[in-house]
Amino acid sequence: MKASNSFPYNCRKLMRVFALAPSIGLLFFVSASAQKKNSCVDCHSQIEGTLSEPVRLSKGDVHDSRGISCVDCHRGDASSDDMAVAMNRKKGFIGKPRSSDIPGLCGRCHSDATFMKAFNPSLRVDQEREYSTSVHGKLLKSGEQKVATCVSCHGEHGIRAVIDPQSKVYALNVAETCAACHAKSDYMKSFKIPNDQYDKYRTSVHARTLYEKQDLSAPTCNDCHGNHGAAPPGLASVANVCGQCHVRQAGLFQSSPHKTVFGLMQVGECVQCHSNHGIQAPNDELLGVGDKSACTQCHSEGDSGHAAAKKMRERIDEISASISGANEILDRAERSGMEVSKPRFDLNEAKDALTQSRVLVHAFSPAEIDKIIDSGVDVSNKSYEAGGAALNELSFRRKGLAGSLFFILFLAVLIYLKVRQLESRQQTLQNES
Amino acid sequence: MTNDSGNEAHRGINKCSKCPNDIEIKQQDPPSGRRRFLNYLLGTAFGATAAAIFYPILKFITPPHIIEAAQNSVTAGKLSELALNSGKIFKFGNKPGILVRSASGELKAFSAVCTHLDCIVQYQPEKKQIWCACHNGQYNLNGQNVGGPPPRPLEEYVVNMRGEEIVVSKA
Amino acid sequence: MKAETLTLWLDERLNLTSIAQLARKKEIPLHRHSIWYYFGGMTLFLFGIQVGTGILLLLYYRPSAETAFESVQFIVTEVQFGWLIRSVHSWSANLMIATLFIHMFSVYFMRAYRPPREITWLTGVFLLLLAVGFGFSGYLLPWNKLAFFATKVGTEIAGVVPLVGKPTLRFLRGGDEVTGATLTRFFGFHVAVLPAITTAVVVTHLILVQMHGMSIPAGLEGKPVKKMKFFPSFFLRDLIGWVLAIGALAALAAIFPWELGEKADAFAPAPAGIRPEWYFLFMFQTLKMIPAKVLSFDGEVLGILAFGIGGLLWFVLPFLDNPAKPRRRMLFKTVGVIVVVYIVALTIIGFVS
Repeated sequence: MKASNSFPYNCRKLMRVFALAPSIGLLFFVSASAQKKNSCVDCHSQIEGTLSEPVRLSKGDVHDSRGISCVDCHRGDASSDDMAVAMNRKKGFIGKPRSSDIPGLCGRCHSDATFMKAFNPSLRVDQEREYSTSVHGKLLKSGEQKVATCVSCHGEHGIRAVIDPQSKVYALNVAETCAACHAKSDYMKSFKIPNDQYDKYRTSVHARTLYEKQDLSAPTCNDCHGNHGAAPPGLASVANVCGQCHVRQAGLFQSSPHKTVFGLMQVGECVQCHSNHGIQAPNDELLGVGDKSACTQCHSEGDSGHAAAKKMRERIDEISASISGANEILDRAERSGMEVSKPRFDLNEAKDALTQSRVLVHAFSPAEIDKIIDSGVDVSNKSYEAGGAALNELSFRRKGLAGSLFFILFLAVLIYLKVRQLESRQQTLQNES
Repeated sequence: MTNDSGNEAHRGINKCSKCPNDIEIKQQDPPSGRRRFLNYLLGTAFGATAAAIFYPILKFITPPHIIEAAQNSVTAGKLSELALNSGKIFKFGNKPGILVRSASGELKAFSAVCTHLDCIVQYQPEKKQIWCACHNGQYNLNGQNVGGPPPRPLEEYVVNMRGEEIVVSKA
Repeated sequence: MKAETLTLWLDERLNLTSIAQLARKKEIPLHRHSIWYYFGGMTLFLFGIQVGTGILLLLYYRPSAETAFESVQFIVTEVQFGWLIRSVHSWSANLMIATLFIHMFSVYFMRAYRPPREITWLTGVFLLLLAVGFGFSGYLLPWNKLAFFATKVGTEIAGVVPLVGKPTLRFLRGGDEVTGATLTRFFGFHVAVLPAITTAVVVTHLILVQMHGMSIPAGLEGKPVKKMKFFPSFFLRDLIGWVLAIGALAALAAIFPWELGEKADAFAPAPAGIRPEWYFLFMFQTLKMIPAKVLSFDGEVLGILAFGIGGLLWFVLPFLDNPAKPRRRMLFKTVGVIVVVYIVALTIIGFVS
């Protein structure tokens, strides 16, 4: 190709490019506009009001950015500017779909594994099937129109991926999305279910963790109820659901006597004591036989459960008091200037034991928690002793100080006396001279 | 206080004839009883105070039981005390650490403070992973958070052997 | 061997007799203001305590950012009587600076810097700077949060001075920020550089004092003044003061142990209410109270320059004073009172706010 470096050849090559330029340019122009002529967007963007909303929302829409546009759901003909042609129902155009048709409409693509693989191989394709098992899905099938369908939660236009913080189904937004229906008492009047779930949830420890600490691992509606197959867990399966995170408590519960009893009595596991939506951070009052306790809902004076509850509470109060006692004395020692970081560190082991014993409560057997409480109290006592030793050392120092001060002051006085004596002698000597 | 010719009024200031210089050796008066007593007390008080000062100093310079301040490395235990596929909690400065001896004998050490809500993690021999009992957080043997709520891996420490002793230090 | 034989032997070699004769000659004038004579010696005694306790602390202290705090913690918890040595060291530093101030102002008001004692005054002001340098460098050594930020602020103020400020800041900090390098450097200053210079200056100061003898108030010059022998009378009185000082230090160490606080963290925000040690407080408070801009100049720079000029004037005081002019005496007395009142007032304000 050596010849290509020579001047006249280059010139010709360049000329060829220049000649082609306009045609190439035209091609680009044509293809750009034929980047799908979208008459839907062309017209609807010009209409004021709600009809132009879909166009505005399409920016950032997860479908639109992958080349899936209006006609892929609504059918019709986007190449024609003539409304009669573009929106011809006889030719298959679907305007606003009926609620009952929506799951199928979305499912046309989203349940097709082969189709979805081209876009996101790891996305699930069973949402439609799951939905049909949900309360929403079942009601929809029975003809109820006032239920949530795909678009109620995901939106219809301007749909965003779940991990997008602007998505209606992003972890921090899920509860609000559900509450959009479930918290409205007039809307939900015909369905005989309570509408305080959202309000209760917002007071819960889970909500506080999620919204205030921004800890996205905290549960919101879908973590317990499921998203597409949304349904309240059966009474006998609550422990499994809570147990996804609270593994130990669930495991202990399921081997405890309460499991069968709760099943027989048709009492909700976990929620009977901890409630379902407004779950508060549990404190020790929940255990035992006081008025705030959960145990007395079923157990009364005289039965073994009552005694067990009382015993467990007593033991937990014991270690709790032991730890605060140790903390208090260590605080006193520290305020007096003594260094007590090691006993404080060791006290953590006792705090750990307390946490563990609170978990072990879910076995509902005092024997289970005895061992760990005993070791915790032991550690706590050792820290308490260390605090006491620090205070004793302080008192020893002060006694030592008092003793030394005695000698020091004594010495000072004696020196003074010596001075007086020496000077009086000098005086005497002087007088004699 | 100079003197020359043994003036008796000065009471006993003698000139030493042997000395080339004019050194006067003052002969002390026989001390009176009171003076003697005062001197005795003074000496005792000085002694006591000196003791009160030198005793702590002596104790101070004697090496204490623990000879060094807690530093960036600790002895986490003996190799013989740690079975294969087991873990142990140890104290690293002010914080707990976890020492793991894997099934293949490899030693690993991490901070034992769970990155979710600060519970203390433990080793699960059946699953060969590190687990947090509070909310089912799971970490693999590289300290990476592989399951549950923990948002970050566990801080890894460097493990070395000093004879039989396992020494853990900050990375 | 008898004491007398030993004394003779030593005297033949060290000429102890002449020293003894000089010592016997030393006299202290007695008058209304004689009490102030104790404060120089007290400052020297407290300095001796600092050297002693400082050397003891050196046996265990580790001057690096990773280990300094832990080593002080170790001294205070594990080493026997470590708490005592450390608290005495910290308290005695403060007492020493207090007595130093008293000594300095008593010299000022008694105008003891008059000829021929001008150089004594100059070495004295130099010693003031060295003592403050000791305090500033030593404060950082435990590497706790309070000290870290106090050092940060203090060196920053030094850096504000025009021209020399930035290089001074870098020299002090061992870099642009306060880091482990600063700690190592301050340690070097505190245990080697400053002690060496201070030894030389203290010796000069003391030799000059022995040479010139104790100054007496101007009004008493020429008049007959009762004198007291230094050995043994005044010295024993000095000793009483020193013994009481030891008692005070022991009491302070046992009843008000010096805090250790938390380890310094360069990335944590400054704790609330941060302020320097009391002997810097009046300057710090003044700087805080100067408006940010005075005319077109940066308020802080003006403040520092003002203190610098004030310090310089204080240094050359003997040459500014003119004993022949009674009006000038009055002026100096007034200025002195104002300075003392200002320092006290602003220190109190600094504490209270």
